[in-house]
Amino acid sequence: MGFKRKKGDGDGEEMESEVRGRPSFNTAERRNVILPSMIKNKDKRAKVYAKQKHEKKVEKQKKIKARDAAEKQALELGEEPPQKMVPKTIENTREADETVCRPDDEELFADIDADEFNPVLRREVTPKVLITTCRFNSTRGPAFISELQSVIPNSDYRKRGTYDLKKIVEYAKKKDYTSLIVVHTNRREPDALLIIGLPNGPTAHFKLSNLVLRKDIKNHGNPTSHEPELVLNNFTTRLGNRVGRFFQSLFPQEPNFRGRRVVTFHNQRDFIFFRHHRRYIFDVKEDKQSGAKGKDGVAKERVKPRLQECGPSFTLKLVTLQHGTFDTKGGEFEWVHKPEMDTSRRRFFL
Amino acid sequence: MQHDEVIWQVIRHKHCSYMAKIETGIFCRNPYNVTGICNRSSCPLANSRYATIREHESVFYLYMKTIERAHMPNNLWERVKLPRNYEKALETIDKHLLYWPKLLQHKIKQRLTKMTQMRIQMRKLALKTREKIMTTPRRDTKRESRREEKAIKAAVLDKAIETELLERLKKGIYGDIYNYPELEWNKVLDEEKQVAEGVEEQEEEEPEIEYVEGYEELEEEEDMEDFSGFPSNGSGFDDDDELDSGDEEEDDDVEEQVVIHKKGKRDSRKADDVGKSKKKKRVVVEVEQEDGDVRQTLKTAH
Repeated sequence: MGFKRKKGDGDGEEMESEVRGRPSFNTAERRNVILPSMIKNKDKRAKVYAKQKHEKKVEKQKKIKARDAAEKQALELGEEPPQKMVPKTIENTREADETVCRPDDEELFADIDADEFNPVLRREVTPKVLITTCRFNSTRGPAFISELQSVIPNSDYRKRGTYDLKKIVEYAKKKDYTSLIVVHTNRREPDALLIIGLPNGPTAHFKLSNLVLRKDIKNHGNPTSHEPELVLNNFTTRLGNRVGRFFQSLFPQEPNFRGRRVVTFHNQRDFIFFRHHRRYIFDVKEDKQSGAKGKDGVAKERVKPRLQECGPSFTLKLVTLQHGTFDTKGGEFEWVHKPEMDTSRRRFFL
Repeated sequence: MQHDEVIWQVIRHKHCSYMAKIETGIFCRNPYNVTGICNRSSCPLANSRYATIREHESVFYLYMKTIERAHMPNNLWERVKLPRNYEKALETIDKHLLYWPKLLQHKIKQRLTKMTQMRIQMRKLALKTREKIMTTPRRDTKRESRREEKAIKAAVLDKAIETELLERLKKGIYGDIYNYPELEWNKVLDEEKQVAEGVEEQEEEEPEIEYVEGYEELEEEEDMEDFSGFPSNGSGFDDDDELDSGDEEEDDDVEEQVVIHKKGKRDSRKADDVGKSKKKKRVVVEVEQEDGDVRQTLKTAH
């Protein structure tokens, strides 16, 4: 064998490929294209690969050009431009979930009427929140708790001591609290949030991450003490609905719009992002957008709310949701996160 | 007796598998040892008459071995169950070890005391709740943080919040709080109504609840993009952009108003300015101040 083998064919006896780099069509046209990884010579391999990449790039550019030209033409002729292709995103290609709430679902309404947050959400009871920590100290814990206190109106902080959590739940029930928040620390950082609805409300265990305190935010604002307005985004499924209402029940139901405080819980791919803003709305001029956006070429005014971030910002991820108050051994879990749920990248539960 | 001496000599000077030498002393790991120390008098192998107390499922048993049974390892140790009560147990021990050496009796009673104390302590602890440490494989934590980053990018948070607030403004939830000029606002609304015909907002209203859960957001955001409603800028305080846009457009038809966002608290004073300056063709440029209180306004009339 005088020449170096260029292709990984099944048997090495194909001497017919005299020309190097030619594809061999003997194996029933299994491979029309040479994979660069089949070439053993590094120099040659690099060249072939670079060439392939270049060809691909050129093709893609041609396609884009053609598309743009077609669109332009269509616009000039006054016809409909061809459909713009929508790129696939994870949200677009999310696995269909049958528990997504539909607006006309009666069962949903019935459930909502019967669930534990109803008294609070119907404004029969004003929410009263008790915040406490776990037994261990943390560096950022107290700062986080004081910020939480400023975010959630009508909240109290008690030191943990060494009480059992169940005892604390009873104590809170006696004192007429509507929810209990336990900030759990790990490695000196707040790590998890346990929100317990009272008197017999659900218990939600969240993993907390990416905590940014107010002083670390650039250009932060200081919140006032008006009741905030809530924004709950993207809670689509039944479970998400429940969690969303749970958050709702932490805050009083009469937002004071003059106070211009917004608290946002935004759910994206099962991560709940918490943000706290002060909002201002004013007009912003936008003149004569070129072509695409403005259907009329006239100057348009757009009203755009400006937000100034204040207060902490963090991310929550639901770990477990339990039906009654805190009882890990005997309780009934509505939803538990298991590692096998993470296998599909397109499946979300909230 | 001679037998014991020989055994001890061999064990101690050659090798005993139960012996554990630590910096604080020499200990015996034999489960039948009374004191736990490797001693001539405490070694269960080198004493043909010996007794211990051992525990099984929080019940104490007195074990005794005598020289008469030394040749039957199967039945070597005689076991007596001790009563739960501490004093009664002491009496039982006395009864069984009546004519035994004083040292052994003493050591056994000491051991009994210690074990009862431990039993009490363990029961108390079992009642308390202790936190259980769960570990997650590092792979999972890393995967979570990766996904979180991507989720943050996918959720263009500021834009989402702004669109939501705008909708609420349109729906009129805020009432009269925002003093924006009525005429212009109505004009814009009319324009947008024409544009936004296909957009229906399906809101699920729960009775008497002011703010609406935005789980229809997914559809609505797509519609938003379809009719290309809102400006795509983030809500950054991009003063420069606004300044530039202010400077470039000098149309007479169009009133300009460049407002740079200020730090500090905003009042409706600002809104009044808006109302006033709308009527005239002026360029109002507010300069950003570090303190919130003092405001400078440069007004250059065109």
